[in-house]
Amino acid sequence: MGLMDKDIEKLAILARINLTPEEKETYAVQFNSILDSTRVLDELPTDVVEPLIYVLPLYNVMRDDEVRPSLSNDEAMANAPLHEEAKFKVPRLI
Amino acid sequence: MTTGKYEAVIGLEVHAELKTNTKAFCSCGLSFGAIPNSHVCPGCLGMPGTMPVLNRELVEYAIKTGLALNCKIAEYCRFDRKNYFYPDLPNGFQISQLDLPICTAGSLEIETQQGKKTIGINRVHMEEDAGKLVHQGNIMTTPYSLADLNRAGTPLLEIVSEPDMRSPQEARMYLEKLRSILLFLGVSDCRMEEGSLRCDANISIRPWGQEKLGTRAEIKNLNSFRALERAAEYEIKRQIEVLEEGGQLVQETRTWDEDRQVTLSMRSKEQAQDYRYFPDPDLTPIIIGQDWIERVRKTLPELPDQARERLIKEYNLPPYDANLLTMSKDVLDFFDGCVAEYKEPKAVANWVMGELTRLLNQNNMEIKDAKISPSSLAQMLKLLEQGTISGKIAKVVFEEMFATGESPDKIVKDRGLVQISDESAIKAIVEEVITGNPKVVEDFKNGKGKALGFLVGQVMKISKGKANPEMVNQLLKEELSRR
Repeated sequence: MGLMDKDIEKLAILARINLTPEEKETYAVQFNSILDSTRVLDELPTDVVEPLIYVLPLYNVMRDDEVRPSLSNDEAMANAPLHEEAKFKVPRLI
Repeated sequence: MTTGKYEAVIGLEVHAELKTNTKAFCSCGLSFGAIPNSHVCPGCLGMPGTMPVLNRELVEYAIKTGLALNCKIAEYCRFDRKNYFYPDLPNGFQISQLDLPICTAGSLEIETQQGKKTIGINRVHMEEDAGKLVHQGNIMTTPYSLADLNRAGTPLLEIVSEPDMRSPQEARMYLEKLRSILLFLGVSDCRMEEGSLRCDANISIRPWGQEKLGTRAEIKNLNSFRALERAAEYEIKRQIEVLEEGGQLVQETRTWDEDRQVTLSMRSKEQAQDYRYFPDPDLTPIIIGQDWIERVRKTLPELPDQARERLIKEYNLPPYDANLLTMSKDVLDFFDGCVAEYKEPKAVANWVMGELTRLLNQNNMEIKDAKISPSSLAQMLKLLEQGTISGKIAKVVFEEMFATGESPDKIVKDRGLVQISDESAIKAIVEEVITGNPKVVEDFKNGKGKALGFLVGQVMKISKGKANPEMVNQLLKEELSRR
């Protein structure tokens, strides 16, 4: 079973975007087509395969606990549409 | 508190900010009280194209903490993304650990009135802190918010207990013990008022004997031991009232209102949270071999329980003293430093738990910020033992040492506080007092015990507290019996 209208609505809420009824329909079709294309994997016998937790042959990539220069406040604010008192000005959110 | 036919069940989630040099996933330094947004980089600002790189020290601290809490250290763990949108979280997700945390199945012991009790630790996991939002007034009425992201990315350990506590007092003891362990390990400052140690409490009630847990409320904003205890008391009472009135409890998040001393529901629109956790593809798994664990184990310092045993066994201190002295590493270090130079542990303990603690509390200070040194307290205690100063004067000298950091020798000399033990000098004052207070002397002769105390007081007053109190007592009695 593919994604339903209510699934699309939930995703939209989580992503904080408003969708028109037409957009919902478009996205439902697109999502379902993506899901369908991965569904072929369901046909493979995976019960004897150990789950893969990480795809690359890498582990323990870490750095030493040494401070490097940060941005200045001016630099940090450079891309901010709004700022005040050296802080990013953002909408109230509850 | 009485809970009637109900039993309270409490579990705590504690977040400890670690005092590493740098953030969890970038090389920005940690800061408290710095210029806003001055300890930030493209990484912790969530700029596109940046990659997190794990701070090795965070893993070391987590292993250390896990070992101190008797946890099993995972051979294999990884980081997950917890997705939600909030302006204090620039990436739109928090890097955390969901189903493969670094430490599991631990415990710590608390000392209840009924004896030792083991509280289970479900897990300890690594994550990053969010930034800080500043509102004008409160969040409901502010026109907008201001974000300071200096704190974003600060390494945290989340330590989750089992629901093993049965009263607000036990919850407090657990948190006190956990805090002292973290302080002894040196992994966190644990300053609750500054938010470097934060606590949420899961609280429910159930009829005695029932195994199934009741519906729980999660209480947030508990930033002191007192707040935790009070909030738990309030919440248990509230839940009992709801059930007794035939109502139903709902699972919800509540906040502790310190001013009004109540918990308040934080339910906004009833949209169940959906964090859509998934493994963070930008961070590799962590594999922890036995050799790494053993290497960290070797660096473990003495922990509160061991220190407590040592104080009881080696110094013969009462358990009460041993508990108080091992609440913080700094206090214990001060005590040990002093005992190294003055080998009367009980006397040292009394001064550390008494005058020193009183002055620290009065000045709202931590012991490591105090000017007084363990060595100077030892010197003062020697002066007291030699009879150079009286117990009363010692308190004066101690306050001066606390305020100025001067040596007791210098204070005693400069302020002329040497105890008067010269018999003739004291006798002269005694005679003066007896002559000057005929009425009180009469009272004494008529058997009024209090009269002697008054006369002693007068002698001490005239000698500015410097007269040797034992000699004053003795000489007064002698002189009075002669009249």
